Amino acid sequence: MGLTSQSSGLNVLKKEFNLTSGYNNPVIALAGNPNTGKSTVFNELTGLKQHTGNWPGKTVIQAKGYFSHQGQQFMLVDLPGTYSLLANSTEELIARDFICFADPTVTIVVVDSTNLERNLNLVLQIMELTDNVILCLNLIDEAKRKGIEINIEHLQSELKIPVIPTIARDGYGITALKETVFRVNSGEIKIKPYKIKYSPEVENKVIELEETLEKRIGHLKNFINFHWLALRLLEGDQTILYSLEKYFVDYFPSKILSGESGVQASGVR
Amino acid sequence: MESVKSIDSNIYRTINKLSANYSPEEKEKLCDQIVTDLYTKAETIAAQSILSKEEHKSEWGERIDDILTSKWLGYPIMLLLLGGIFWLTIIGANYPSAMLAEGLFWLEEQLTTFFLWANAPQWLHGILVLGIYRTMAWVVSVMLPPMAIFFPLFTLLEDLGYLPRVAFNLDSLFKRAGAHGKQSLTMSMGFGCNAAGVIAARIIDSPREKMIAILTNNFVPCNGRFPTLIILATIFMGNVVSSPYHSIVAATVVVGIVLVGIITTLLVSWGLSKTFLKGIPSSFTLELPPYRKPQIGRIIVRSFLDRTLFVLGRAVIVAAPAGVLVWVLANTSINDISLITHLANILNPFAILIGLDGVILLAFILGLPANEIIIPIIVMSYLSVGAMLEPESTEALRTILLNNGWTWITALATMLFSLLHFPCGTTLLTIKKETASTKWAVFAFLLTTTIAIVVNFIVVQLIRLF
Amino acid sequence: MLLTQLLTGKKARVVRLTARSQKRRRLLDLGLIPDTVVKSIRRSPAGDPTAYLIRGTTLGLRSEETNLVEIKELS
Repeated sequence: MGLTSQSSGLNVLKKEFNLTSGYNNPVIALAGNPNTGKSTVFNELTGLKQHTGNWPGKTVIQAKGYFSHQGQQFMLVDLPGTYSLLANSTEELIARDFICFADPTVTIVVVDSTNLERNLNLVLQIMELTDNVILCLNLIDEAKRKGIEINIEHLQSELKIPVIPTIARDGYGITALKETVFRVNSGEIKIKPYKIKYSPEVENKVIELEETLEKRIGHLKNFINFHWLALRLLEGDQTILYSLEKYFVDYFPSKILSGESGVQASGVR
Repeated sequence: MESVKSIDSNIYRTINKLSANYSPEEKEKLCDQIVTDLYTKAETIAAQSILSKEEHKSEWGERIDDILTSKWLGYPIMLLLLGGIFWLTIIGANYPSAMLAEGLFWLEEQLTTFFLWANAPQWLHGILVLGIYRTMAWVVSVMLPPMAIFFPLFTLLEDLGYLPRVAFNLDSLFKRAGAHGKQSLTMSMGFGCNAAGVIAARIIDSPREKMIAILTNNFVPCNGRFPTLIILATIFMGNVVSSPYHSIVAATVVVGIVLVGIITTLLVSWGLSKTFLKGIPSSFTLELPPYRKPQIGRIIVRSFLDRTLFVLGRAVIVAAPAGVLVWVLANTSINDISLITHLANILNPFAILIGLDGVILLAFILGLPANEIIIPIIVMSYLSVGAMLEPESTEALRTILLNNGWTWITALATMLFSLLHFPCGTTLLTIKKETASTKWAVFAFLLTTTIAIVVNFIVVQLIRLF
Repeated sequence: MLLTQLLTGKKARVVRLTARSQKRRRLLDLGLIPDTVVKSIRRSPAGDPTAYLIRGTTLGLRSEETNLVEIKELS
């Protein structure tokens, strides 16, 4: 059977993101809309001084880098800039699959402070998928120049995730960002992000489908968020089944096998 | 093992069936609602978190865009900016180029003196000094100054956010060619390096349009070919007119060559989308990001370290063995005629048809690993056969080329062939990797080379006719 | 009225999308949901694509897409 480490879904992911070494370090994902200064944040965090142009789609080769804080090393993966995770484009698919299946320890979402509304749309979607989310409120100097003042406390209390204001090109806020990543990783900060509540017509259907999923494939509960999966199936996402096959089943064949026996056991009960 | 497989498909069947319980219409409605709820919530949180907001959105950026994308000025400004960059490169590169050459060839004399003093065998001096060192000195003195000026200027445009405006302006042309508007972004990357341009095609979602962008990227001259274009334009086109204007004429010629490249790209894209890659253009959305103040210091440092030194390093690495090869070819004789002359003679009849000569065509073939070394190989070949001239500046280069029968037609043919011919080795490998097939890499090779030969043949024959 | 017909400098409110499947998802995802206010910013020199201000971001869209967006012009 070809389920050696070469063919496993994890390896596909590792290969796609060029994560060949250093897998022992906690993996930090860097997500965000295009043109939010995400690449600059990446450079500032890792000390890589790559050139970053000002045009959408410049992060075509997923970059990875390392940074250390208080003796702990982290691996940082730069995801393609996207407006959403609904998998309408290859870039969105890559970003979604990484957050969903590579299970990063922390996901930093870089946000353009001058355009909070559009950026929060992505933040809400990421918080639906994973818990350890940190908001990097970038370009606050530009926002100030445009007369935009953001109530960080309020934003934090609404989203229930840490919000760190930064001016990445000047290096401002980068240490605070590292410190927060460190403390989330060590468990000192526990994040329970706000999960969006949809309109009743959506929520009712989700709950219904979620229950069915639990009944039918309940043994997978620890590996995928059923609420999220139900939403994807309901909105007619065609890519999720393909991604499940690509990363998930190949990745955990043994877990599914043991899970299956668990289902049988519960069936007996 | 069997059981694992059956369980896998079971999960799919289960999930698939569950999903099929909902009709497409129902899913569409739910999808609408989900996206609406997300945006509404984002809107609410944003509105509550923003304490104050003045209603002015970077008006100067708007005014700049009014000009850069205006109906009458949009295209001329694009050409002027491109021409201006070339012009600055041409006038700026001349002096440091001559100085570098002087320094490096002074060092060559010292090396020769040292070899004589050490009583080193002649072949060793030939390979190391006349082969490796001289080729590398050529590459450095001829290529470094134009790159050190061109890259920061181009990076500046990139940093400002001008490239998406170019894509916005040109999209309708690409649409008519059956290609994607973002192809102009991949082309812009191609100005730096075609391999990078091919990788950049990942930003295009539709596989058909991505393939078009990959196959045609080579028609944008990369920085390995720019020095060739700029130098030949300076020597043969600029010198036609009196000195105050010659750098302007040279810059115009380079812009003209780039335009030929863009037109070829559009025509070939159109041809491909009508034949091998049939299909309708997919949707296009492109953000026009706000202009950002560029970080001048960082641009200079980064474009020098990341691009200039990278390209130069690659050129030197490839040039060293090529230098040895050329020296050996030139100094190994059969029947008193050097191998390089033999090879050039074989290629000559065909090369003449497309406006080149055997040596130039040989240089293009030997230059497959990296286009940077084509001019150095040409010069090395000429020098090894004819008089041992010491090339010290572009003026010396002009003399060498004229002595070997070059005319402006040869220069034009060389520039055209350089623009259109097969991609360099790195780019071909990248095409193979990105398309996951050798077939497409071979196709790219044949496509570009056929076009180069056909275009060169027609242009040269037409000129000779009149 | 279609979004394509909105004159430069004018604002409008999205009424509904007539796009289907993938195209619909893409447009929705860009923020073109009903009641969103959009502004036509500029046309490219050739007349197409056109740039619109949609939820704080300037996006260039081809007429193939904007023909699928029904709007009501705001005075």
